[in-house]
Amino acid sequence: MYADYVLRRFGIMLLVIFLAVSINFALPRLMPGDPIEAQLNRIMAESGGAVGDVQALVNSYRERFGLDDPLWQQYLSFWQAAFRFDFGYSLVNFPERVIDGVLAGLPWTLGLLGFATAVSFFLGTWLGGLMAWPQAHRFFRVFGSGILLLSSVPYFLIGMILLYVFAIVLRIFPAGGGIPFGVDIGLNWVTVKAIAWHGTLPALSIILAEVGAWAIGMRGMMISVLGEDYIALAEAKGLRKQRVFLWYGMRNAMLPQLTKLAMALGHIVSGAILVEVIFSYPGIGFRLYQAIQSQDYFVIQGIVLLLSVSLAVAMFILDLIYPLIDPRITAQRT
Amino acid sequence: MAIFAGRHSEVVQNRTLLAGLVVLGLIGLCALIGPLFLDPAMARVGATTPRLAPSADHWLGTDGQGRDMLTVMALALPQTLKIGLMAGLISLAVGVVLGLVAGFVGGKVDIIIRLISDVVMTIPGIAILVLVAANVREMTVELMAAIVASLSWMVATRTIRAQTLSLRERGYVHVARLSGASTFNLVFVEVLPNLLPFITASFVITVSQAMLASIALEALGLGPQNELTLGMTIYWAQFYSAIIRGMWWWVGPPILAISLIFIGLMLTSVGMDSFVNKRVRGGQ
Repeated sequence: MYADYVLRRFGIMLLVIFLAVSINFALPRLMPGDPIEAQLNRIMAESGGAVGDVQALVNSYRERFGLDDPLWQQYLSFWQAAFRFDFGYSLVNFPERVIDGVLAGLPWTLGLLGFATAVSFFLGTWLGGLMAWPQAHRFFRVFGSGILLLSSVPYFLIGMILLYVFAIVLRIFPAGGGIPFGVDIGLNWVTVKAIAWHGTLPALSIILAEVGAWAIGMRGMMISVLGEDYIALAEAKGLRKQRVFLWYGMRNAMLPQLTKLAMALGHIVSGAILVEVIFSYPGIGFRLYQAIQSQDYFVIQGIVLLLSVSLAVAMFILDLIYPLIDPRITAQRT
Repeated sequence: MAIFAGRHSEVVQNRTLLAGLVVLGLIGLCALIGPLFLDPAMARVGATTPRLAPSADHWLGTDGQGRDMLTVMALALPQTLKIGLMAGLISLAVGVVLGLVAGFVGGKVDIIIRLISDVVMTIPGIAILVLVAANVREMTVELMAAIVASLSWMVATRTIRAQTLSLRERGYVHVARLSGASTFNLVFVEVLPNLLPFITASFVITVSQAMLASIALEALGLGPQNELTLGMTIYWAQFYSAIIRGMWWWVGPPILAISLIFIGLMLTSVGMDSFVNKRVRGGQ
């Protein structure tokens, strides 16, 4: 059973990667005209030809895409390049390789996402549990309902409000960026403080929106767990309320929460991209926005490919772990 | 205890649905009558003095390019709703057809449809959308709706498939089948009408997903550049650093409108659950 389940998940991951690479290959070629020349012409027209060594650029693309080769050969070499994470050069910052720019943004995005997701997961699960727990203070239900409303609002809109209130009007937090100019990144207190200072608002916009989403799921789970006989038994035995809540209620209701993490991942990443844009946060999302602005097609392509492949792999890994935590999953999701 | 939770949530959910429908209704009303009272010319670049705070002349102020914000909002709202509804309808149609076929035909067809929907669910929608939108020369409202729809049909497919599987085995369907009803008859007379509540519920979720995706694409700068939509308004405000310049009236109205749309959709969707999915009621 576990083998079937793993095989299916693995197959889906391979299919996603195959599709992501193929779509990346096919789309620009489906559009009328020569994609590379169209892109280069547009860039040159806009920047007045000051792109650096234009001939070298054109040659590098001609060679990279083997534009005179038959299509299947182009496709194969596209795969080879994808395996080496070789997405070519940035059109705008010419000598920079796409992969270097993407890698420079990765730690920022992973840090922001990891922190915000972890915090909102625990806060939301706890809040959702309390909302379903009849003995909890009324405050949690009222407060929870307010937070639930926020969960439907896109992250970046909350971010825009936070930016205006806390960075422009109150001037408590910086209005953008990941770290101030002149601060070298290193393992010291100054760096940590600066990063935390700049990351607070972006993280808060994700957390405020995401807490409600976790709470609503947990609340539903908790309500159905609280209807189980073993809860009634635990209460009849005279166990302390906290013990019933945590060890009999929360513990059982939490497992499905964990499994939702994989499904929420894509949604969270999509939302975080725009949060980075609002705060000019130097992660992948902001780089994608800049690339779209300057029509830096290869950077767009590189980021899109990296995002789809890494999400597919991350979801596969989570899917592998879940059955070990909750054996019911293999039965449900094969 | 469970009874208490049941009664409590039933009351809450009925009120929830009402609240959601009221919010959506008001937004729809604004979108319908708003454009009637305003001169579209005021939404053109340079129509009036730029960067004015809200006043008696310009109730919502003017943006950095001299557009009257009230007019911009009145014209952008229906466009945004149009994208959402169109995309919602397209993906709902695809979802219902695929779900019915998967549930009714079963076998290999079912396996393939499920596989495709699983795969599309795993691909981060925004990534593919960005790629498609970046390759399109001229983005329009209709194209936008079609692109967004191509990645939001899975929820409907799953829901309808699951319900079809269960309906197919009901007594009255068996009776109809045994009395020689054609497959066409079975699907459209016996099964489809009973799916209506689920189709309605899926539609709300689908519209919500499609709107989220389209607004995200627009805010990234991949929307219809020559049209007024709420997402494009956010994009231009961000492009000209409206927030940093303290022009809250430029970003405030679109943020409020978009938030209200999503809150209305969520309330409707949560409220509908109690009618559609009996199991949710009382949490049993």
